[in-house]
Amino acid sequence: MNEHAEAATATPDPLRQAEERLLAPAALDEARLGQVFSRLLRPGVDFADLYFQAARREAWVLEDGIVREGSHSIDRGVGVRAVSGEKTGFAYCDEIDLEALLDASSAAGAVARSGQSCTPVAFRGTAGRGLYRGDDPLASLSADEKVALLHRAEAAARAVDPRIVHVVVSLAGAHDTILVANSEGGWAGDIRPLVRLNVSVLAAAGERRESGSSGGGGRYDYQQFVEPGRVEAYAREAARQALVNLDAEEAPAGNLPVVLGPGWPGVLLHEAVGHGLEGEFNRKGTSAFTDRIGERVASPLCTVVDDGTIAQRRGSLNIDDEGHPSQCNTLIEGGVLTGYMQDRQNAGLMGMDRTGNARRESYAHLPMPRMTNTYMLAGPHDPQEIIASVDRGLYAVNFGGGQVDITSGKFVFSASEAYWIENGRIQHPVKGATLIGNGPDVLTRVSMVGNDLALDGGIGVCGKEGQSVPVGVGQPTLKVDGMTVGGTQA
Amino acid sequence: MPDPRNELPAPGTLEAFVQQALDDARQRGADAAEAACSGDIGLSVNVRKGEIDTLEHHRGRDMGVTVYFGGRKASASAGELSEQAVRDAVQAACDIARYTSEDPANGLAPAERMAVDPPELDLDHPWPLPADEAVELARDCESAAVEADRRIENTEGAGVSVHRGLHAYGNSHGFFSVLPESRHSIHCVAVAGRGEAMQRDYWYTVARDPAALEDARDVGRRAAEHAVARLGAESLHTERVPVLFRAPVARGLVGHLVSAVRGSALYRQASFLVDSAGEQLFPAWLQMVERPHIPRALGSTAFDAEGVATAESALVRDGVLQRYVLDSYSARRLGLETTANAGGVHNLEVSGGEEDFDALLRRMGRGLVVTELMGQGVNLVTGDYSRGAAGFWVENGVIDRPVQEITIAGHLRDLFAGIRAVGSDVDRRGNIRCGSILVEEMTVAGQ
Repeated sequence: MNEHAEAATATPDPLRQAEERLLAPAALDEARLGQVFSRLLRPGVDFADLYFQAARREAWVLEDGIVREGSHSIDRGVGVRAVSGEKTGFAYCDEIDLEALLDASSAAGAVARSGQSCTPVAFRGTAGRGLYRGDDPLASLSADEKVALLHRAEAAARAVDPRIVHVVVSLAGAHDTILVANSEGGWAGDIRPLVRLNVSVLAAAGERRESGSSGGGGRYDYQQFVEPGRVEAYAREAARQALVNLDAEEAPAGNLPVVLGPGWPGVLLHEAVGHGLEGEFNRKGTSAFTDRIGERVASPLCTVVDDGTIAQRRGSLNIDDEGHPSQCNTLIEGGVLTGYMQDRQNAGLMGMDRTGNARRESYAHLPMPRMTNTYMLAGPHDPQEIIASVDRGLYAVNFGGGQVDITSGKFVFSASEAYWIENGRIQHPVKGATLIGNGPDVLTRVSMVGNDLALDGGIGVCGKEGQSVPVGVGQPTLKVDGMTVGGTQA
Repeated sequence: MPDPRNELPAPGTLEAFVQQALDDARQRGADAAEAACSGDIGLSVNVRKGEIDTLEHHRGRDMGVTVYFGGRKASASAGELSEQAVRDAVQAACDIARYTSEDPANGLAPAERMAVDPPELDLDHPWPLPADEAVELARDCESAAVEADRRIENTEGAGVSVHRGLHAYGNSHGFFSVLPESRHSIHCVAVAGRGEAMQRDYWYTVARDPAALEDARDVGRRAAEHAVARLGAESLHTERVPVLFRAPVARGLVGHLVSAVRGSALYRQASFLVDSAGEQLFPAWLQMVERPHIPRALGSTAFDAEGVATAESALVRDGVLQRYVLDSYSARRLGLETTANAGGVHNLEVSGGEEDFDALLRRMGRGLVVTELMGQGVNLVTGDYSRGAAGFWVENGVIDRPVQEITIAGHLRDLFAGIRAVGSDVDRRGNIRCGSILVEEMTVAGQ
């Protein structure tokens, strides 16, 4: 599962391509960018960077047999950042040209008033990891082929069962080119493809209606969706979820043992520990995990990593948005907290190393520490044995989103497919319910970890301070001895 | 000297780009088209521990165009404003439209519904606040939080945000409008206690007119009071009890109604409120009215995102759902007429009673006050509701202790029908204006 790629899918020099696309049209070269940095590095500014970006996106939606919508967007611009200790000044422009850059630099650099002057260092290119190809995914299929793919998925969903009464299939792709230049000579570029196909269905029987949704994607092109069986599998899975829920009974309420399935239920880790381990919250002392490195925060069965280096995954990056190569960072090892996720500023202020976790939604947003692909390593237990160990509890295999309060540590995630377990056996399906727990101690109650690690299918979006970025999660089947389950049946 | 970064584009510039998009679309054979262009400028400052944390200058421009070839539709957008960007976007949309399907429900909103004589709503109040003064204001806000209580050990900072936008919309009916608007805010996030007992809470004020903002120091003090009030919070035992949603979260409950009666959910049958117009969903004393023309209000607009004139309109009268929330597409799918809700509702007011928050506590007697909701556990297809919560336990009509790590669950139909009172403590900081809501009973799950 954990394919640390060895440049098998590398693109011919993404940095050169980024220079061609982003700088050449505006006749920007090292000398001109030197002018920009001179403007930006006012006395007191100890670091500055420029983030050039050009992104193209499209989306196609098929609903009830017709291609109802198609859309296309382009966006390009530069974000200009000046850092002075803990202070950050930021401005951006939506055209890439020297005059706009100089204006933005005056605005961003004004965050510092006085102090030492620093001078820019000559640029030297940083190579990223070759985790994905930079080819334009939007061009990987013709429009006719994209439409055919949508129809194929719809037909597969309808073929599952006559109770599937409504189907929506969406296909989305993005081609994102970035270049980062900084005052310490950093010079790096990346070309990031991202595709996603999703099938949503509605099932109806008598008075009951239920929805189901499935899909996937990653940093590759549309050709992978064309492979036989791929979209059919999404369609069948969406239909299966909806049909299961037609028979769901009221969910239990109270503190219960919970078995979480493999893959996407790893959203548990993203909420319970992931956000609380992002650098700035720990620098500022507002995270429930502040000053806890070296302490036990999980059972010895738990090892959790954030890994931006898996080939073609949705959360993977050749370089982060500060130009630093992505890494596989161990957050929790054998239950002990071992590290935070960092960007340059927070790592520097905390005297720690950068971890390749600086991310931003776009040039118009400031970077901050963010997750990439966060997952728990496999453990020793057979998944069947885990379920069999539960007298009365919940088995939850699919989830919607989650949320966390990083200060109190309280987090939630909402099951969309779950079953009642009694006497070690899966009984009937139960309705979706929110599970709530406390991040710093929920993993101490993990008593069994399966040998079936899986990553999610490539559907995650993480929101933080109004910025969305694509992420991945994963985990093996695991058992939490007690969690609050928010059903209606007390 | 005026800084060019602090200037919005001229209204005539936006009009020219909208016109170009419509002209280009017609030349490429589109039967109808609509286009929007906007420019935004702003400043946001965050201060933490008395020092600048971030100082951000915003200046964005974007455009979008939708083209119709008969019943085939496609759209394109660009994050910049130039003749080339408009030309490219129109071409991209027209290219895509060759592959989309004929859908008779597609098209512009009806010409006779356009807002030909829109009322002036007084939505633009620029705040020429220099960055230095914004920083000072944020400092005042944060220091008021720190000084409010010695248990405020830390903060995530205080912020001031100033925003102004100019939005143009036009379509091939000949409708065109360009309007400026402003929106400013002050917020503070305070952290009380330390270690495992640490609690965080916030307060904010937002208004179109800076003169209508709450005092920055009051914002800081309220953030501090909220954070301190949460110290020592524990879970509850699982039981069914009355629940009082404090006004800021009560708005979310009304938001679920709006989402469930939105056209896009209804024509897909993806709502528990399909075919519910005319049904008694709420108690007979409850009214909900959309008032889109309140001067200076955050949700005010003379027309919706399709140019359709807005007007005062009841959504719920005497507890009965009067209509759905429709744009022109979903209206045609349902065989109805648009309700001028392309883009959402505009100042939906829930009629409050005479009782303030303390009176609602007394009326509840024993139960749960919810001040924070977590997660997205609301299934609009079935109406099942299950969310994480934090708040206060109430005994004998007064707040007894803070609670956290609990869930509240029920069915939205039961919640709506079980509303016992709406408070006079109306929160007007958004498109839904509502006081605290007392619900008869929900399942609260805890330890």
